[in-house]
Amino acid sequence: MFQVRIHGRGGQGVVTAAEMLSVAAFDEGRHAQAFPSFGSERMGAPVVAFCRISDREIRLREPIMEPDAIIIQDPTLLHQVDVFAGLKQDGYILINTNKTFDQLGLGDMIRDWRQERLCTVPAMELALKHVGRPVPNVPLLGGFAAIAGVLKIESVIKAISERFSGKVAAGNIAAASEAYAIVIAEMEAARRKENQHA
Amino acid sequence: MLKQTEGSRAVAEAVALCRPEVICAYPISPQTHIVEALGEMVKDGSLAPCEFINVESEFAAMSVAIGASAAGARSYTATASQGLLYMAEAVYNASGLGLPIVMTVANRSIGAPINIWNDHSDALSQRDSGWLQLFAETNQEALDLHIQAFRLAEELSLPVMVCMDGFILTHAYERVDMPTQAQVDAYLPTYEPRQVLDPADPVSIGAMVGPEAFMEVRYLAHAKQLQALERIPAFAAEFRQIFGRDSGGLTHTYRTEDAETIIVAMGSVLGTIKDVVDEMREEGHRIGVLGITLFRPFPIARVREGLQGAKRVVVLEKSMAIGLGGILSTNVRMALSGLHMHGYTVIAGLGGRAITKKSLHGLFREAGQDALESVTFLDLDWNMVNKQLEREKAHRRSGPVAENLLRDVGVVAARNY
Repeated sequence: MFQVRIHGRGGQGVVTAAEMLSVAAFDEGRHAQAFPSFGSERMGAPVVAFCRISDREIRLREPIMEPDAIIIQDPTLLHQVDVFAGLKQDGYILINTNKTFDQLGLGDMIRDWRQERLCTVPAMELALKHVGRPVPNVPLLGGFAAIAGVLKIESVIKAISERFSGKVAAGNIAAASEAYAIVIAEMEAARRKENQHA
Repeated sequence: MLKQTEGSRAVAEAVALCRPEVICAYPISPQTHIVEALGEMVKDGSLAPCEFINVESEFAAMSVAIGASAAGARSYTATASQGLLYMAEAVYNASGLGLPIVMTVANRSIGAPINIWNDHSDALSQRDSGWLQLFAETNQEALDLHIQAFRLAEELSLPVMVCMDGFILTHAYERVDMPTQAQVDAYLPTYEPRQVLDPADPVSIGAMVGPEAFMEVRYLAHAKQLQALERIPAFAAEFRQIFGRDSGGLTHTYRTEDAETIIVAMGSVLGTIKDVVDEMREEGHRIGVLGITLFRPFPIARVREGLQGAKRVVVLEKSMAIGLGGILSTNVRMALSGLHMHGYTVIAGLGGRAITKKSLHGLFREAGQDALESVTFLDLDWNMVNKQLEREKAHRRSGPVAENLLRDVGVVAARNY
């Protein structure tokens, strides 16, 4: 079972992102369970949503406390919420930012991490560019497809077109595809760097 | 057809397939998505003929359902928590009058302190109201139980409450197999009321009954609920024939053959418990689960049959009889009368407290060694409790409990993550 936790703020589509991940996994014939952190959500308040993906029926109903991957939709949460709580060693981290992990003050934490599992994508800018709205959730799903290799980008695109229609769907697909390409390039760069060190 | 969807949406679609004629509702979390979805279907004409009535309160919601049902319409509503309490008087009336209303209760705690999260306090507060009560383990079962509920309600002329865990199920996206209209039509005949307000054949419904017949009316309500115990397995079997899967019934057992320890529970926590049971079985523990699908009428004989081979029974419930212990466990004890075994009550998950595999592992191991207290509060923070008790000892004006505890934990607003 692969477990993803998504952190963001009310209004950024955190819950929608988890739901769409589950739809993408379903489209690949897998079992998936998405659920929110059950708060009384308010615009701007920290929000958490979860998604489990498995080849077997998912019976477990506890919150995801030891995720395999974490998606951070809002980097300002890094200093407010313990977003990395329980993350498995060498788990995947994807952050919506145009800064580096060092610039975000995370250098110490990730020093021994597998570098290709640490990615950033300027999802807010991509959303503004392609959709015209500051909603970073969908581009990050494109990035997630690249980083974790759990879902195909095609499935994410299919889930986007099931959720949205017309221009919004097209914009989100473009944003997710660009995010996917950015993360693939980042991972390759990280691997090259690691190989040089080795 | 298989689809990945939200629990609330799945239930709304299943209710729509049952062709309700009147839906009345007042929004309250975590039930709201269900009636919102049904409202949309009525508005866009995909659910027709059906009247969607916005009411001014839950009391009105149930009152409208009573009127609509008495006039011969298939009636549906949904609520939760304080909403259920607010309609309580009408809830009793619906069953006392024998009206086959189906209501979803998206289980949520009861205040004060106000809390929007899941436990079973709301539905269980109405356990003696005369409604049948079914508890769903998954979203698939939730939608299946709604289809069975209309059949059951109308056959017995009694109202049925379908309980599903608020947020944990209502807001979860998972895979469900949505039946076709033809399947539901084959299973659920057109509503033929046993009593109806018909101007062509006038009757009154709701007479005052004095001491001369009140007990008999009440006994008949009891006897009728007991009839459900016989009907439900047959309805579940028929459901299997048409829909091709097991859903509903009285209880479900899991790995109870040869089990020394059996865990009893209701609702979605059964899934987490089963995962723990599988892991403990691998280590050689003889442990199993008995899930209660039907809470009212309580399937005493079936529960006894399912538990009698065990050495110990642990009832894990998301409810509490303050001043006594458990509610579900008190009912289970009735079924175990005269049997010699250890019985433990575990109160867990109140107000949305997560019930984790880790905690269950510890709990079930302790139970296996008979080291549990007779009533245990899973993952209770004793420091927090003792601090408040000391405060109350030290100061007469010790302040409101909820606010004190929130201050102790250092949060300004409620959260569960």
